[in-house]
Amino acid sequence: MERKIRVLVAKPGLDGHDRGAKVIARALRDAGMEVIYTGLRQTPEQIVTAAVQEDADVVAMSILSGAHNHLFPRVMELLAEKGVDDVLVVGGGVIPEDDYDFLKSKGIAAIFGPGTPTGSTIEFIRNNLKRK
Amino acid sequence: MPAERSLSERVAAGEARAVARLISGLEDGEPRAVAALRSLHRATGKAHIVGITGPPGSGKSTLTDKLIRHLRGTGARVGVIAVDPSSPFSGGAILGDRLRMQDHATDPGVFIRSLASRGKLGGLSRATAAAARVLDAAGYDWVIIETVGVGQSEVDIVRIADTVVLVSVPGLGDDIQVIKAGIMEIGDIFVVNKADREGADRVVREIKGMLETAAALSMSQPAALLSQGGHHGASALTGTGAFGSTAMALDETGHPILPPIIKTVAATGEGVAELAAAIAAHRSNLATSGGLEARRLEGAVTEMRGLIAYRLLDELEGPKGRELEARLARAVVDKEYDAYEAADILFAALTQGGRA
Ligand code: B12
Ligand SMILES: Nc1nc2c(ncn2[C@@H]2O[C@H](COP(=O)(O)OP(=O)(O)O)[C@@H](O)[C@H]2O)c(=O)[nH]1
Ligand SMILES: [Mg+2]
Repeated sequence: MERKIRVLVAKPGLDGHDRGAKVIARALRDAGMEVIYTGLRQTPEQIVTAAVQEDADVVAMSILSGAHNHLFPRVMELLAEKGVDDVLVVGGGVIPEDDYDFLKSKGIAAIFGPGTPTGSTIEFIRNNLKRK
Repeated sequence: MPAERSLSERVAAGEARAVARLISGLEDGEPRAVAALRSLHRATGKAHIVGITGPPGSGKSTLTDKLIRHLRGTGARVGVIAVDPSSPFSGGAILGDRLRMQDHATDPGVFIRSLASRGKLGGLSRATAAAARVLDAAGYDWVIIETVGVGQSEVDIVRIADTVVLVSVPGLGDDIQVIKAGIMEIGDIFVVNKADREGADRVVREIKGMLETAAALSMSQPAALLSQGGHHGASALTGTGAFGSTAMALDETGHPILPPIIKTVAATGEGVAELAAAIAAHRSNLATSGGLEARRLEGAVTEMRGLIAYRLLDELEGPKGRELEARLARAVVDKEYDAYEAADILFAALTQGGRA
């Protein structure tokens, strides 16, 4: 039996833009993945605790508020603190391309902006899982 | 560097990552996980397992959230297994129960795990019982299992619980029908949630009416006859059905004691203290009446049946099963065998070479 890919879809930050996160959650489900959807306004602490308890293979975060340069690295920091080094972390939403390099240097594996076909996210996840 | 500890030792020490990983391993049927659970088995049985079931949207997750808060207030540690259905089309799932329990997201005394039913057999999830046991072994005093209850197969999941809470709400026309359809017997406590809405009292009355009818029926018939009645496959074995153990209890005037029916507004927490008290009362009642052991025998039967069913299914869907199945299908169409003979052959092939 093939192992199911478990993805935590989280929406850090204080804004209410959840359409993108919901679109991604559905697309991943339709691709056969198990998506834990935790809803709006998640703190990095909540995201990391959920990732651990849910034994997520992937943490997928959606941000449209502009706070990505603070929140994404914070999630990476907390994951490292808990010794979680085998989770693939990706992001999406409204993020200026100028920030991509910085975020990748902090360990975010890929960023998917508006207009990215969901198929490419699915493919990226399948090909880049850290846990086999 | 400290010597590496085994997965089961780490679970016993309550390490969250180990707990989470063991549950995943059991979902996937990994031999290593099964072995780890085996070595933890003796350490289980301390937690009280509460099953919460009812129709989608009835407020089970919200209620669970409020129950967690209540139980945490007593200093107890609480584990939650929240089961949502897998999509029959993609095999994927969106698990959204956790969304309603965010207040406890970073409380180290709370562990919440979402499971997809991966249900090939109705709603029966492969690893629900095992996951509950893992949380038990990890030292959680209460384990709450939330499942969507829409029919008999879902009900089986909740049979592994010590206390079963059935949630209904006003305004769902067929909700009561669902209860009528045979899941009522398993309820130890009935909750009418969304009592802020119109019609809650009517739902309470309907449930009460049904419980009274069922109790009258059970009084007028020998227990053995009752358990042949259908739903309680296991009750004939253990001598008490879930409903039987509660409903057959009599008060001092000789009337049957009906399971409590509690109105709640999960959204605000109203009625949750009463629910928690009813659960605690059921728990202590089980402890003093010997009902707990009967319950757990029944739970073990349910769990074993599930494991067997899934094992057969795995064999059937493995390469060997598929291949034989295809050949036999051909033979049936070619009139070499009828479907019964073919099934006999298939069953024999799948079950030989087992451990027993
Ligand atoms: C719709 C919208 C709203 C709706 C949101 C409804 C909802 N429930 O989501 C409403 C009207 C409520 C709203 C309000 C506001 N909004 Co607005 N909103 C938008 C808008 C027009 C579209 C966003 C959207 O839903 N797109 C559709 C979804 C499907 O696309 P998406 O989220 O980009 O997701 C895709 C990809 O990004 C990617 N993706 C997204 N997340 C993830 C995650 C992962 C893991 C992956 C792999 C991929 C991925 O995949 C998706 C599919 O391709 C954008 C502008 C824009 N064009 O993006 C502004 C925008 C996001 N909003 C903005 C602002 C400022 C606001 C307000 C603060 C405005 C105000 N002053 O009141 C308020 C905030 C309200 C609040 N409570 O938070 C700004 C944010 C600026 C910034 N980042 O600095 C934007 C960018 C507009 C702008 N150009 O100024 N907004
Ligand atoms: N009016 C009202 N809404 C409620 C109550 N309890 C839960 N809800 C809402 O009902 C919806 C479904 O709740 P949820 O807990 O997810 O139900 P579940 O599917 O049974 O787990 C949510 O929008 C809740 O906010 C209640 O007591 N009254
Ligand atoms: Mg729920």
